[in-house]
Amino acid sequence: MAFLDVQNLTKTFGQTTVVKGVSFAFDKGEFISLLGPSGCGKTTILRMIAGFEKPTSGSIEVDGQDITHLKPNQRQLGMVFQAYALFPNLNVGDNIGFGLKIAGMATEERRARIDEMLRLIGLSGFDKRYPYELSGGQQQRVALARAIAPRPRMLLLDEPLSALDAKIRVSLREEIRAIQLDLGITTVFVTHDQEEALSISDRIVVMNAGNIEQLGAPHEIYNKPATRFVATFVGQLNSLDATVLDPATKTVSIDGQSVVVPQLPADAAANASSVLTLRPEMITIGARDGNDITLSGTIADVTFLGSVIRLRVALGRNTVSLDTFNDQRIAPPARGEKVTISLASKDLLVL
Amino acid sequence: MKANKFWAWLTFALGAAYFIVPLLATFEFSLRMRRGEYSFDAYASVFADPYFASSFSYSVVIGLMTIVVGILVVVPAVYFVRLRMPWLRPLMEFITLLPLVIPALVLVYGYIRLYNSSSIIPFTGSALGTDILLTCAYVTLALPYMYRAVDNGMRTIDIGTLTEAAQIMGANQAQIIGRIILPNILVAILSGAFLTFAIVIGEFTIASLLNRPAFGPYLVGIGTNRAYEPAALAIISFIITWGAMGMINVLGRFAPRTSARTD
Ligand SMILES: Nc1ncnc2c1ncn2[C@@H]1O[C@H](COP(=O)(O)OP(=O)(O)OP(=O)(O)O)[C@@H](O)[C@H]1O
Ligand SMILES: [Mg+2]
Repeated sequence: MAFLDVQNLTKTFGQTTVVKGVSFAFDKGEFISLLGPSGCGKTTILRMIAGFEKPTSGSIEVDGQDITHLKPNQRQLGMVFQAYALFPNLNVGDNIGFGLKIAGMATEERRARIDEMLRLIGLSGFDKRYPYELSGGQQQRVALARAIAPRPRMLLLDEPLSALDAKIRVSLREEIRAIQLDLGITTVFVTHDQEEALSISDRIVVMNAGNIEQLGAPHEIYNKPATRFVATFVGQLNSLDATVLDPATKTVSIDGQSVVVPQLPADAAANASSVLTLRPEMITIGARDGNDITLSGTIADVTFLGSVIRLRVALGRNTVSLDTFNDQRIAPPARGEKVTISLASKDLLVL
Repeated sequence: MKANKFWAWLTFALGAAYFIVPLLATFEFSLRMRRGEYSFDAYASVFADPYFASSFSYSVVIGLMTIVVGILVVVPAVYFVRLRMPWLRPLMEFITLLPLVIPALVLVYGYIRLYNSSSIIPFTGSALGTDILLTCAYVTLALPYMYRAVDNGMRTIDIGTLTEAAQIMGANQAQIIGRIILPNILVAILSGAFLTFAIVIGEFTIASLLNRPAFGPYLVGIGTNRAYEPAALAIISFIITWGAMGMINVLGRFAPRTSARTD
């Protein structure tokens, strides 16, 4: 039985429907990300789970209880906001203890829980500080501690990292994941950052324009995107314009080089154009075992990224990106160099 | 550069003189009750007058009541309009400006007509009833100031998100206002309270027409009958005012600060 069960959730603001009949079910302890572009309805879904927005239709169940019509303060959930939202008039200890105090927990017990939370977020000894005396990353950790201190049934996070700078963003997301695993708390995390979602989730709900495009584990989303939208939104993707030569043998031409692909759309006809897509990391320079397609081209651009060098190779009209590891002993490839690239036909996605 | 500074200082000095010279003159005059030498006789005379103490303490009590009622009316109203009914804000602004446009005289005549001793709600029939009416009138008079102070206070904090953060942790509406919203706008409320107090202490029209023994009518009475005491009273009022201002500053130091750090 699912721990979080959302059925046919719909939300309409005035004339526009921003969440269009969304359903998903997750187990206890899962870390779920709602991933999608700006305005696709992620926050609206999270706010309906929290109780800040009333669903137009549909139901939300947590742990077998229908919470669709409960007030936010009756739902026993924890939430972390993008803008931290710490109470400026309370110090760190009182912020973390707020939910406990509301719940009527005795002072002694509350003290102990606050200390435990401070240890968990690595801010022991900060309990007398005020929010304005903390950095953004510290504030967001306090907000996390405040949300989980009352032991909520579920933790909701709405882009908790997007106000922070890049380095802290990465370290804090790892910390959030570690704490989540440690406590085994079911977590719904909203983000528009695909890397963030891929790196910390058990499962991801990819959304677009109020609908679910795909729901699955990070590797499923990345390796087997269900729709064109998912393929382009999650991760880098090369698109190759090809012309169908023979639908029967699944032969296509990429800039005059003929290639056999694993599948073509059912309605593909000879001379029709088709788009093949491929992840950059599936292309190698030179030959490799298992790569049954070789193409030749010219290096159009070289971007040095440290451990990785990203190349753009022109194959005529098409240009593909591919990554090679930096090798300190040899010079990086140069622009204008002629290269042969290889790829496996089974890795091509036909959209 | 130098010239710039000179003109700046000159303007400042002129502005300061505009306030300070009359004050000094009043103070000097208030010391001249005894012929030929400076003395505090005028002050002694003021403090010795039993009406001074009684009218002043009456106005202080009415002032405090006005502040309490004003806070109870304005804080929840501003809070809910900001949170739930933002489209009502222009109307709020307009209503809170009315007391500045409508003369106090009109207000009090309206009150007397509506609540006189032969009406259905005879507030003016008893002293307590009239005090209640007076308090209500002062709440109205102070509304523009209280509203703006509280509204400014709420502008500086994100009341929407703070409310939600408290709500999801189980807090009810009263707990949210009492533990989160009020403490965060305390300084704003205090400045509104101070302005309210200043208005009530000096108010004459309404108190006099409702025939209550307030400080304003006392001041006016003294002003028409005596020479040196009014000057002493002016200085005393001034000191009370500045004392209250100083208190707001001191309390402001303890005010919670909102954070904009994102590093
Ligand atoms: N209270 C509201 N009234 C009217 N429209 C709203 C309201 N809240 C959200 N919307 C609209 O609903 C759509 C979805 O908003 P939502 O905040 O859920 O997007 P999101 O996926 O969280 O985007 P972002 O990544 O930018 O936060 C947007 O077009 C937004 O304008
Ligand atoms: Mg959002």
